Amino acid sequence: MFEVRGLTKQFGESYALRNVDLDVARGEVVVIIGPSGSGKSTLCRCLNRLESPTAGTVLFDGKPLPVEGRELARLRAEVGMVFQSFNLFQHRTVLDNITLAPMKVRKTTRPEAERTARELLDRVGIGAQAGKYPAQLSGGQQQRAAIARALAMRPKALLFDEPTSALDPEMVGEVLDVMTSLAREGMTMVVVTHEMGFARKVADRVVFMADGEIVETGSPEEFFAAPSTDRARDFLAKVLAH
Amino acid sequence: MEILIEHLGDFGDGLLLTVELAALALVGALVIGVLVAALRVSPVPVLRAAGTAYVQILQNVPLLVWLVLAVFALPDIGVLADLFTTSAVVLALYQGAYMAEAVRSGINAVPVGQGEAARALGLTFSQSLLNVVLPQALRTVVQPLGTLAIMTIMNTAMAAAVGVVELTATANRVNLAEAQPIWIFVSAGLLYMALSVVVGLVTGATERKAAILR
Repeated sequence: MFEVRGLTKQFGESYALRNVDLDVARGEVVVIIGPSGSGKSTLCRCLNRLESPTAGTVLFDGKPLPVEGRELARLRAEVGMVFQSFNLFQHRTVLDNITLAPMKVRKTTRPEAERTARELLDRVGIGAQAGKYPAQLSGGQQQRAAIARALAMRPKALLFDEPTSALDPEMVGEVLDVMTSLAREGMTMVVVTHEMGFARKVADRVVFMADGEIVETGSPEEFFAAPSTDRARDFLAKVLAH
Repeated sequence: MEILIEHLGDFGDGLLLTVELAALALVGALVIGVLVAALRVSPVPVLRAAGTAYVQILQNVPLLVWLVLAVFALPDIGVLADLFTTSAVVLALYQGAYMAEAVRSGINAVPVGQGEAARALGLTFSQSLLNVVLPQALRTVVQPLGTLAIMTIMNTAMAAAVGVVELTATANRVNLAEAQPIWIFVSAGLLYMALSVVVGLVTGATERKAAILR
């Protein structure tokens, strides 16, 4: 579904990504892990062009991502994104957060959009919070609302950029549960995360990045049991030490 | 004191004209301010440059010069409008530049993630500006916009210089007849103050109502 070829992103003199190749198949769950500053988030953000690459191409469904304008907006409607800091629209209720894009982009009627929104909120377990403002919700509830907002566009793929990194520990589980059930239902997902348990349990493939490059990629069983590079072994030793 | 009562009708007419001028200028300035601020944050370089040029040109020439220029130069190029209309338009254009800067500072205060989330959902730049960024930006700049509204009211006095008989011009005319400058201009000043108190109250109430929980 995604074909990434020779992707390079420079911020001034420094390279966030160097010549990255990655394929994500339909229905596949790819989990990207690696140390801070390794380019995981940048790679994720290049997949819907929130970040425009310096060089290289990203194909979605066999077609290169449009550079800008309406074409790009249409593509983004097909690819949902969930952010580390939730980014729910602060001035709108949870329900209005979810109905906005279907009504503006897909021209869905309000009753139809609200019905779908309520179904999705029930599905992520926060149906009772529909009328509240984002700031009245806990972090875990906000992130589940953000997932519902992304799902309301019926995306072909979902990108998760460290979805649990800003959460209190006791709220990580409820978000990962929602993500796990999405993965089970066959959603194509690219997940940048530090949750090794989730990677091990849910990923079809683990991608390990360091210094802007993909160092190693493999099934979670292979990767966690016997990483083939020193860099990955070193990383795993540090994150799994406790 | 009796001078004021004698000229109550004149003062009433002057005050009414000041309020009309300020109201028209304010509505115009707010519309222009939002449009120009949108230009200034546009992803299209030509539009950004146009927005910047507008603000620079309007802000860097005194209002009085704009008014005199409009009143005397526009008829020369065939644009005929009465003095009140010309003054209202010039005031709106001039205050619009200041409003644009206030609105732009509000846009910059909205966290980047809000616009990103909107675009990630498939909203176009203008849809995300209109539905997500501007509603939050305007809420944060209610207070500076209120200050600019008061500035607009005070600046309507400039229209006196080009022959609009608003409050200041009225005071001047009454004084020419009565020669009681202290009573007459203090009264005019109190009326201006009363207008800004009203704007201040409206601003405060709007700000409390528009506040967003973060």
